[in-house]
Amino acid sequence: MRPGQGDIELAGLCKSYDGVTNVVDGVNLKIPDGAYCCFLGPSGCGKTTILRMIAGHEDPTAGEIVIGGENVVGLAPVERRTAMMFQSYALFPHLSVRDNIAFALRVRGQSKAERYKTVDLMMEKVRLTELADRLPSNLSGGQQQRVALARAAITEPRVLLLDEPLSALDEQLRVQMRQELRRMQRDLGITFVHVTHTQLEAIALADIVVVMEKGRIKQSGAARDVYAHPRDRYVAEFLGGQNVLSGKVEKVGEDHLVISQPNRTGILVGVRPNASIEVGDRIDLAVRRDDIELMRAGAGGLEDGATALPSRVVAIEYQGSFVKVMLDTIPDEEFVAYIPERTFFRDPFNIGDILLATWSAGRARVLA
Amino acid sequence: MTVALERFDVSMTKARRGVLAARSGRRPWTFYALASVFAFYVAALYGPMICIYILSFQDIRGGLVFPMKGHSLHWFVDLFTQVRTGDVKGSFDRSIKLAVLVTVITLVFSFMAGLAFRRRFFGDTFVFYLMIGSLVAPGLVLGIGVGLLFQWVGINASWYTSALGAQLSWTLPFGVLVMFAVMSRFDSVWEEAARDLGASRWQTIRFVVIPVLAPGLVAVALFGFTLSYDEFARTLQTAGSLNTLPLEIWSMTLNVTSPSLYALGTVTTVVSFVIIGACIGAIVLINKRRGIRATSH
Repeated sequence: MRPGQGDIELAGLCKSYDGVTNVVDGVNLKIPDGAYCCFLGPSGCGKTTILRMIAGHEDPTAGEIVIGGENVVGLAPVERRTAMMFQSYALFPHLSVRDNIAFALRVRGQSKAERYKTVDLMMEKVRLTELADRLPSNLSGGQQQRVALARAAITEPRVLLLDEPLSALDEQLRVQMRQELRRMQRDLGITFVHVTHTQLEAIALADIVVVMEKGRIKQSGAARDVYAHPRDRYVAEFLGGQNVLSGKVEKVGEDHLVISQPNRTGILVGVRPNASIEVGDRIDLAVRRDDIELMRAGAGGLEDGATALPSRVVAIEYQGSFVKVMLDTIPDEEFVAYIPERTFFRDPFNIGDILLATWSAGRARVLA
Repeated sequence: MTVALERFDVSMTKARRGVLAARSGRRPWTFYALASVFAFYVAALYGPMICIYILSFQDIRGGLVFPMKGHSLHWFVDLFTQVRTGDVKGSFDRSIKLAVLVTVITLVFSFMAGLAFRRRFFGDTFVFYLMIGSLVAPGLVLGIGVGLLFQWVGINASWYTSALGAQLSWTLPFGVLVMFAVMSRFDSVWEEAARDLGASRWQTIRFVVIPVLAPGLVAVALFGFTLSYDEFARTLQTAGSLNTLPLEIWSMTLNVTSPSLYALGTVTTVVSFVIIGACIGAIVLINKRRGIRATSH
C-alpha cells in the first residue's frame, strides 16, 4: 500500500438490497488524490450507500472500488485506510473527548501514555485541548463535529468519508464548520468524500460535484461547471439558480430557435442549436436567474437576438445584495429573476406589474 | 423500569421543580382527592410490612399480635442461635448463592438475546412467544413439571440443579424483556463507528457495547437477583431436601409461633433494600459520571 494514494475509482458500482431494484445503479467515477468531492442528491438517491460502500460498511452487489490502485472490496475499513464521519457523529457517549479520539489507538493495543501523547497533539491541532475531559453530551454541535473529525483523522486515513456532516448544526454554525472542513482538508491533504443534499454546501466546498438521481450519476464535474452548465432539467432544478422553460420547436435557425408553449407561440431564443434538434421536438432550455433583465412593457430598445417574454410580477423578495422577482412567465412553473439591488431600486416594480422578462442572445442553453 | 432508573435523578429534580411551582397558587380539590388515594395506597402497601418490622423488636414476652410487649433485639439473637426456629443461616446462604448464580446466567443470556433480537432471524417471533409463555405458565405447575423432568432424567432435585432451572424459566424472560427496553436506546451506529476505527467484534463489545449498556445491565442483574431471592412457587417442588430462604420462612409459619419469624422478615427486607440501594446507587453513579443530568433539558 503506497501512502498518500487517496485516489478513488468506482467502476460499474451496483448495490441492491432485494435483488430486484438497484439502489446504486452502475456508478463510474474517478476522484483524484487530495480532492474534495461532494455527492449531491435528494434523500434515497443512493449517495449515502456509495459512501458506505467506499467506507467498507456495505458490500457492493457488483463493481469495483479502487483506492490507490488497489481493489478494496471485501477489506475492512482500517485495511482500506479510510475513515468515516457519521451523520450524528456517533461519538461514544461513555468516553471523554480524549478517550473518544484515542479509541482507534486503544484498539491497536497502544499503551495509555503512548496514545495520549498522540491524542494531545491532535487535540491541540483542532483546538480541543480544554475540552479533553468533557463527555460528548456536554459538547455543542460544533465541538462534537471537531471531536468526530479528530477521531477519524487520528487513524491517518488516505480518504475521509463524511455523511451529511453539517446537517445536525444550525444555520450559522453550518457556514462556520463548512470553512473548518475545507481548512482541515487542506491541512491533512487527503481525499474528502462528502455526502449532502444541500446544493449550497456542495458548490461552496467541492472540487468535484457529483449530482445523483435514483442510484445514477446525473452529472459530475467542477462545481462551477455543474452550476453554470447543467446537463439536464433535473440537475438545473436541483442546483437551482436556473429557470427551465420547455417548449415545442417551431423553427430551427442558424443561431436561434423558435419554440412554442401552450399559451404562446413564436418565442425566439438566441441559442446555438445542436444538430439533433428538429422541428416538432420538445426541448428544455435553461437560463440563469441572474441573466434575466426586467423591462417595463413598451420601453423598447431590445437587443438583437434577445428574447422577451411578457410577464406579471407575482411576488418580490428582498435578499440583501439582490432582489428575487417571481414572475408568471411560464404557466404553473417557477420563473425567477435575480435583479441586483441597486438596479431594482432605481425603478422598483410592484406586484401585479406587467413587464418584459428578457435575456440576451447566447444566454440560454439547451438541456438534454 | 430501566428508563425510570436511569432517569431517576433527573425526574426527581423535575418533580421538585413542579412542586415549587404549584405551591405558589391554590391547589384544586382534585389534588387533595388524589393525595388521599395515594396515601391510602402507600399505607396499604407498606402497612403490613411495617407491622412485622415493629413486632420483631419486642422483648422475650413478645407475641405474634399487637400490642407490642417491650423492646429488644431478643428475637434476632434467637433467630440465629436457636435450632428449633429452623435452618435460617443455611437457607439464607443457599438463597444468596442461588440468586447470584441466577443473576449471572440471566445477565449473560439476556445480554446476548438483546443483541440477537435487534435483527429479524428465522423463528424469532416463535422464540419470543415461547419465552412469554414461560412467564404466564402457573409457577407451581411449572415447578412440579421441572421436578418430574429432573427425576426422570435422573438428576437429584436440589437448589443448584432443578431449582436453578425452574427459577431461570422465570428470570430469563423477565431479563430479556428488560433488555429489550435497554437496547431500544442503543444506537448501532456506535458499533459501526468502532468497526470503522479498527475495533474487532470482541473489542466493540468490550469497549463500546457493554460500557454504554452498563446501567441497563445493572438493572437486569437487579431483576434477576430479586426475582430469584424471593421466588417461592417454582422452587417449592424443585429445591429438594434443603430449603431456600422463602421455603424456610414458609415452613416456619407452620411451626414457629414466636416473633423470631418477624425478625427474619426484618432481616431479609434489610438485605433486599441494601442490594436494591446498591444497584440504584451504581446506576446513578454511572449516569452522573456521564453527565446525563447536564444534557436532559
